[in-house]
Amino acid sequence: MTQLPRTLFDKIWDAHEILRNESGQSLLWIDRHFVHEGSFHAFNKLNDRGLKVAHPERTTGIADHYVPTRGRSIKVVTDKVRSVIEQLEHNTRAHGVSLFGLDDPRQGIVHVVGPEQGITQPGLVMVCGDSHTSTHGALGALAFGIGASEVAHVLATQTLWQTKPKRLRIKVEGRLRPGVGAKDIALAWISRLGADGARGYAIEYAGEVIRDLSVEARLTLCNLSIEGGGRCGMIAPDEKTLAYLKSRPLAPGGKDWERAVEYWRTLNTDEGARFDREITLRGEEIAPQVTWGVSPEEALPIDARVPDPALASSQAEAARIRDSLDYMGLIPGQPLTEVTVDSVFIGSCTNARIEDLRAAAEVLKGRRCKVPGIVSPGSTLVKQQAEEEGLDRIFTEAGLEWRESGCSMCVGMNGDQVASGERCASTTNRNFKGRQGPGARTHLMSPAMVAAAALTGHLTDLRELTR
Amino acid sequence: MTPFTELSALACPLPLENVDTDRLIPARFMKESRDKGYGRFLLHDMRFDEDGTATDFILNHPRAKGSEILVARRNFGAGSSREAAVYALVDYGFRCVIAPSFGDIFSSNSVNNGLLPAVVSEQDAERLLALLDEGPDEIHVDLERQRITAFGESFPFEIDATWKIKLLNGWDDIDLTRARHDEIEAFRNAYTAAHPWTRPE
Repeated sequence: MTQLPRTLFDKIWDAHEILRNESGQSLLWIDRHFVHEGSFHAFNKLNDRGLKVAHPERTTGIADHYVPTRGRSIKVVTDKVRSVIEQLEHNTRAHGVSLFGLDDPRQGIVHVVGPEQGITQPGLVMVCGDSHTSTHGALGALAFGIGASEVAHVLATQTLWQTKPKRLRIKVEGRLRPGVGAKDIALAWISRLGADGARGYAIEYAGEVIRDLSVEARLTLCNLSIEGGGRCGMIAPDEKTLAYLKSRPLAPGGKDWERAVEYWRTLNTDEGARFDREITLRGEEIAPQVTWGVSPEEALPIDARVPDPALASSQAEAARIRDSLDYMGLIPGQPLTEVTVDSVFIGSCTNARIEDLRAAAEVLKGRRCKVPGIVSPGSTLVKQQAEEEGLDRIFTEAGLEWRESGCSMCVGMNGDQVASGERCASTTNRNFKGRQGPGARTHLMSPAMVAAAALTGHLTDLRELTR
Repeated sequence: MTPFTELSALACPLPLENVDTDRLIPARFMKESRDKGYGRFLLHDMRFDEDGTATDFILNHPRAKGSEILVARRNFGAGSSREAAVYALVDYGFRCVIAPSFGDIFSSNSVNNGLLPAVVSEQDAERLLALLDEGPDEIHVDLERQRITAFGESFPFEIDATWKIKLLNGWDDIDLTRARHDEIEAFRNAYTAAHPWTRPE
């Protein structure tokens, strides 16, 4: 019997389906699981029932959400923050789960560390109690975020019940213009489809532009899949993926590597496989993007103007725009490049890998920033690499603070926050109200665009600056 | 978990799109233990000014008191996977949210905590919001029939078939799954034999 053509997503799903229940949900085998400080609810649930972690060797603990970035001493944090970090240490130790803790040289943001250590591999099903788990799909894994009850379920059974999502292919054809990257592709499709545009879908990114992206850029693109509502985002593994993974500490070695590669080469969408929905973007048409509102869907090309609610297509849309502009303190019709910023942040699981830091440093080299800001590398190893390349000096000489690695000002849990009413140009993933601190105003953009804003003190078209 | 079959309760309108989980519970509260409940953190920064004064946000109105149903616009619960957003709603007293769409992870978190995410059409959500704008009234939600009755009008809603069964029975996944231990073990053996490199060192 010849098998029907299948998508990349279907191949991985099928390989992990243990069984299907009467109403059509599948029980999936979970290859890899990450837990961070927020896992205390799940461990409490497990402990309340007197259950053990079924496969501790398949879970990795990483401290990222609450860790201090001004040095590595746990003494500098508040009692409650310390307690959350210590609960992760206690829970992982009690259940025999390995931990990349505060003092571990491998510590960093879970979605940076997973690929960096080679834990993330093509064909795996990976989960974490964090919505940006979609990141790992960049290497051809099926990876998605889950809630605390599901984390407890994975710890107890190494499986998860899931309803099969539909399939969406986002093709980006042609080529990108200078100054445009993965962040801009993501904000472009999300602003076109909406923050729930991909809800209920597994996304596969494909096309010429995606093939040309580096693995790190692909990680940025897949990371933002959730901001468009997608269950996951994935890219078929290719030679770049293999080159990236080879010799990573936890990637398969020796004979296993050969066998794995043989399998990984089958992980692509067959000719003629059906998607429930397909959209195509032209790379040339994507300009550097910035968000102006309080949802990632509220993004525009940098050379556009702040939307006018009077021109909205419905009353509900007008109300939404007014509410966003009111929170953001913006004037309808104002050119985006005239919006001044108070600070910048370069960091997060979205844009704090070495290529991101290089891109920002290239803009900043030999110049002084008009506004303050902090740089928090995606992992301690990224920090080390950046220091070896002298990037830390470029940032500090430009007037920015060079910090330790963690989620930091993307989510503000560790105390790194934007002050109320202040405006921050940020490489992060969410411009939600209060995300970077109560009353904080966030504009999302690429690392190079954040660097450009830091130099001028206002949102800036990178292409003008470098021209 | 308490089964969810039918609910007759007051409903509160929240005519907003994209009410994300960062708004449902700001991150700074998530390090608290749940012992004292998360209800006090629900939509905290909409309910209170920065100096802690109550705002004129709908949940602070006398009419919202005792509401167990929330009606909102599209993409409710988008964003972060934090289940604390659901804890905040449940601990505050909500048992059902009605909206045209929900964040995926938020929906499954809701079901795992006995909170019904009822998906209605955009049109029906607007109609319900308009009706509720005129004043509070009891809404009836019937999960078995997937029907909402309000102000003498009736609205259908959607819910994933498995989630419906889970809610109706108050089932907990961990118990159900552990009962399938043998099937899981058989799968694991076959899977790791075929994909030996996926075995962690």
